[in-house]
Amino acid sequence: MTDHGAPAQRAPRGAVLWWSRLEQRLDRAFGASRNPLRQSGTLAFLALWLLAVSGVWLYAVLDTSAAGAYASIARLSYAPWSAGGLMRSLHRYAADAFVVFTALHLLREAVHGRFKHFRRFSWLTGCALLPLVAVSAVGGFWLNWDRLGQFSATATAEWLDALPLLAQPLARNFLGAAAVSDRLFSLFVFVHLGVALLLVFGLWFHVQRITRAAVFPPRALAVGTLATLLGLCVLAPVASQGRADLGVVPALLSMDWILLFVHPLMYATSAGFTWTLTLGAFGALLALPFVPAPVRAPVAVVDPHNCNGCGRCLADCPYAAITMVPHPLPQRGAELAVVDADLCAGCGICAGACPSSTPFRSTARLVSGIDMPQFPVDALRRTVQRALRSPEPVPIIAFGCEHAADISCLAAADVLAVPLLCTAQLPPSFIEYALRNGARGVLVASCHDGGCAFRLGARWNAERLAGTREPYLRARVPRTRVLPVQADIGEESRLREALRVLRARTIAQGARAEQARPAPDA
Amino acid sequence: MPEPATPRSAARAVGPRAWFGQVLLYALFALAIGVFSHWPPYRHLGADEALIKLSLVHAGKPVGECRERTAEELAALPPNMRAPTVCPRERSPVTVELDIDGAPAARIEAPPSGLSGDGASAVYRRLTVRAGERSIAVRLRDDVRAEGFTHTLRRRVTLAPAQVLVIDFDAQSGGITLQ
Repeated sequence: MTDHGAPAQRAPRGAVLWWSRLEQRLDRAFGASRNPLRQSGTLAFLALWLLAVSGVWLYAVLDTSAAGAYASIARLSYAPWSAGGLMRSLHRYAADAFVVFTALHLLREAVHGRFKHFRRFSWLTGCALLPLVAVSAVGGFWLNWDRLGQFSATATAEWLDALPLLAQPLARNFLGAAAVSDRLFSLFVFVHLGVALLLVFGLWFHVQRITRAAVFPPRALAVGTLATLLGLCVLAPVASQGRADLGVVPALLSMDWILLFVHPLMYATSAGFTWTLTLGAFGALLALPFVPAPVRAPVAVVDPHNCNGCGRCLADCPYAAITMVPHPLPQRGAELAVVDADLCAGCGICAGACPSSTPFRSTARLVSGIDMPQFPVDALRRTVQRALRSPEPVPIIAFGCEHAADISCLAAADVLAVPLLCTAQLPPSFIEYALRNGARGVLVASCHDGGCAFRLGARWNAERLAGTREPYLRARVPRTRVLPVQADIGEESRLREALRVLRARTIAQGARAEQARPAPDA
Repeated sequence: MPEPATPRSAARAVGPRAWFGQVLLYALFALAIGVFSHWPPYRHLGADEALIKLSLVHAGKPVGECRERTAEELAALPPNMRAPTVCPRERSPVTVELDIDGAPAARIEAPPSGLSGDGASAVYRRLTVRAGERSIAVRLRDDVRAEGFTHTLRRRVTLAPAQVLVIDFDAQSGGITLQ
């Protein structure tokens, strides 16, 4: 705890710091809200939609017979800049991009440790999709039935044969041309399309426990990514590598290392090693949420006597942890918020949204309709009161998210630094309260757009301060005395710069007020 | 006193440097995807190599002789199960040996599949060899009651680079086959 009773901020780990710095570098080019690293999940969705559109096109022209498949797709390569040729190339490059974005998304969440407690479900359902991605991606090469498809199908069969599952080797299906039948191609179609449909279904589970799941990146980023992929299709169109011939080994291949790296790895090592590596990595990903973790943060608690069932906490909760039920005290209103402890992130965004969290209430002990036990709004009010009512009042209050830049770096004789569970834990009325009780300026620091540890906190905070989301910061609060700033981990210099600006403003305003004061009578 | 500037928001980057940065990063992304989607080429087999696939699925002979049930044994069975002859379910493992140019290249003993050991034995083995003329000798044993190998094949073949030679077993075609 700090001197004023606010919770102390945790120091970020090395990997988080490293990743944050990488994101901040990309912020300079794209802006935080369009940063591809911050948007890796939505970009993966974009690649999936591109795969769906181009895949429907290709399926329309694909001859799903063993004899006709190659010619039907190779025909598109003869005119690589036609619509069909572009669709074929786009399908491949979108698949590559999908794998890259998925890997970045996975890595980002892993670096931030976002796989435990309330995030366990999303992590596990996401990891469960990885085998589907791999199967569908590899299976797509078989449908083409060129030399690369022949190599991939044979290698996959030989890899699967290393497992003691089947009485007869699958690889015998690729001993000669006679073995590859139209029925086998029906299986290929199922592997590629059926598994892809399962993947989409699985994604629905993956985003089940979050509200307002973003399944499309910001428009500018989507346009930029699409233009990049289309440019790649024009500059380096994808072509077939000759008709499959099972009597000849495709000795030299133009290899898609992003999607098919497992085949060369198997031939360079062994099927057993590759299985061990693959299953070991997959098992490690699945085991991560079960590794003993620090004690989970306390979850939000509802006080029925102060909850009027307005539903703002329900609207703002990023993890769908709140439901509304009939209120047990009818005189209080129609509904009561109920917190699902398994889903609650303990971010406090609900407390910031609750209208009963206003510090202007005259009760000696401020009890909100929904609050965080580890740092309730009453403790927040007492922290602010102590600073403003001390013999030497603190003129600047700096509120900040404990998952963003370290707000405590601003602590000084004239600054009270208050780390919050999330910036959106701060009811906007606290800003007005501080200003009306003697503070000259209030600094509100949050994560960047797209970088919020609790997904929506930075956005809700910005909208509340802008007056576009309830609870509003009232219009009569002088905006020159309120300075919102976005600063992620490692961007403490941005906080110091913002504080310098706010100090200068308050000094200038103080000087103007001094000049405007009427001179005392002689 | 002039109003100090607010720290520039990182939410939306603007300006020529930001545009240049975006173009550069999109180009790097395209380059990474474009390159690793095709390059470096993968050589699965040497330029002067061929591949022999020794692959067969063959059910070995039963491990024992069939015999006639005695009258007592038949009487002890339910009426609908009184088959006069009884044969052991378990089959012999299939042993395959392959010599290339007189040197042993593979020796595989494949057990019968199935929980009762009554299914076919399966063999699949890849062997990379130099292309050119090769002497192939294959021996197969599928009966534990017989002495030595029950099927043999010896042949000289000329393998072109990258050619796949499949050594299989087809009882109807006379046993061991080369494709």
